[in-house]
Amino acid sequence: MSEATPSSHQARRVRTAWLFLSPMLIGLAVVAVWPLARTVYYAFTDASLTAPGDYAFIGAENFAVQDGGYWYGLLADPLWWTSVWNTLVFAAGSVAIEVVLGVILALVMNAAFPGRALFRAAVLIPWAIPTVVSAKMWAWMLHDQFGVVNHTLMTLGLIAEPVAWLANPDLTLLSVILVDAWKTTPFVALLVLASLQMLPKDCYEAARVDGVHPIKVFFGVTLPLIRPALTVAVIFRLLDALRVFDVVYIMTGNAESTMTMSVYARQQLVDFQDVGYGSAASTLLFMVIAFLTALYLTAVKADVVREGR
Amino acid sequence: MARSGTRGIGPAIARLGFWLLVAGLLVILLFPFYYAVVTSFKSGSGIFEVDYLPSELSVANYTSIFAEQPFARNILNSLGVSLAVVGISLFLGLTAALALGRFRFKGRRWMLLAVLGVSMFPQVAVLSGMFELIRVLGLFNSPGGLILSYLIFTLPFTVWVLTSFIRDLPVEVEEAAIMDGAGPWTLLTRIFLPMMWPAMVTTGLLAFIVAWNEFLFALTFTLSNDQRTVPVAIALITGGSEFEVPWGRIMAASVIVTVPLIALVLVFQRRIVSGLTAGAVKG
Repeated sequence: MSEATPSSHQARRVRTAWLFLSPMLIGLAVVAVWPLARTVYYAFTDASLTAPGDYAFIGAENFAVQDGGYWYGLLADPLWWTSVWNTLVFAAGSVAIEVVLGVILALVMNAAFPGRALFRAAVLIPWAIPTVVSAKMWAWMLHDQFGVVNHTLMTLGLIAEPVAWLANPDLTLLSVILVDAWKTTPFVALLVLASLQMLPKDCYEAARVDGVHPIKVFFGVTLPLIRPALTVAVIFRLLDALRVFDVVYIMTGNAESTMTMSVYARQQLVDFQDVGYGSAASTLLFMVIAFLTALYLTAVKADVVREGR
Repeated sequence: MARSGTRGIGPAIARLGFWLLVAGLLVILLFPFYYAVVTSFKSGSGIFEVDYLPSELSVANYTSIFAEQPFARNILNSLGVSLAVVGISLFLGLTAALALGRFRFKGRRWMLLAVLGVSMFPQVAVLSGMFELIRVLGLFNSPGGLILSYLIFTLPFTVWVLTSFIRDLPVEVEEAAIMDGAGPWTLLTRIFLPMMWPAMVTTGLLAFIVAWNEFLFALTFTLSNDQRTVPVAIALITGGSEFEVPWGRIMAASVIVTVPLIALVLVFQRRIVSGLTAGAVKG
């Protein structure tokens, strides 16, 4: 449809495209690329929050350094490894619960029953509540003396005495995982529901006519068909859970029993004012997530290429 | 699921089980917020009694959060920051979506993947760099710093959702407009914009919610009470001593900031669900 020569027309369109793209690209460069590059840079310095301009390049000493026969630095800090372990347990635990409950929620939302619209609306409510609020709400409900959870469990005779959900180091991580799962399961449920709604009706009809047990139908037909959506949900939630900060910090602060990599890095950076060391921890966390993201992107890229024109 | 017409005791039990499941799930989904509301209307020592039903209707907690701290100011801060983030994200997202969705050029796919990659950034990974940037720009302890930093969350999904939406619009309108000599800016504002309201409402709402709820940056980049946003204000509500956590006031503040959000989500339920799933499934 071009009156001018095709090549000059195409060149103009490419120029226009970049012109329209540039504000967003500049924005991303300023708020994402540059700060990330500075963080990685700081990871190799001894910068401190108290004197921001005054720092020296110290190589990889923030990560590991040997001095007098002992190792120091991030990789030699047991607390760092505790936080790595906590993060992995948190991610695996919360995502596992979310997937199981998310699928159950989605199946219920997909079933035809009176009041389904109301049920679907109710599922959105935990998602809509700000993390700070849900963490505070649950901290109150899990209060060891006055909490409704202990009260209910004792009334039902399930526990003999109050449980210190947020003080007993053996239970805090579990509590935080459950609270996170409560808030994020709706997201997983919505993704699964979206894929349930696209399933072909005829194979269900056939299974019903043949009198196959619903549980068999679920594992034989439904689950394999929703697997792609479930995979996407799991990857999204895993990447999110690995960088968790809010819910942990609000419910248990900097406590060792729940400290995640993000909480560790923030404590070094802000509370201990150690920008260099904190940046080193942040950089390691970034590398872990970048590696997993790269894996995910290679998987998704096939999709984008197929879908793209 | 409820297969009416089938005879026998089995289906009846199955139906009963289904309704029990629905009831149990509803309790888990709704009770925590309900309990926060019940708690927020209690006063004095009544707060330490566990009541499953509303027992009091005192507004003391509600009046005291506004009297004892700049909570109204915190709400305005949150509102201002969130609206600014929505506006900037939509503008940057729309222009980028036009380029990514309607133009063919080298590096387009690569660009989309890079944008998607940014959405995976852990917040702490940019914390020290962002802190420095905000300080250099003189935006520390001001809404400007938060508006700037929140773009890191909102830009990626705004660009993705708007791009996939604009890409699916019919080609004919665009061709007709180009025939009439419309430039790309006219094309965007006159032709595409009117058709893109659904996607803009969706992404705008999601951006608003993300900005309204954000905690770590707000905690780190603001210092004084009157510059804080609502999540930080709630997290930092403290009593006279360490052992005297004012749960009633915390719940009152929580209810105030959550009710509008729940209303918003329920009103725009369909849009939000489609945005969430599109953002995840397509990207």
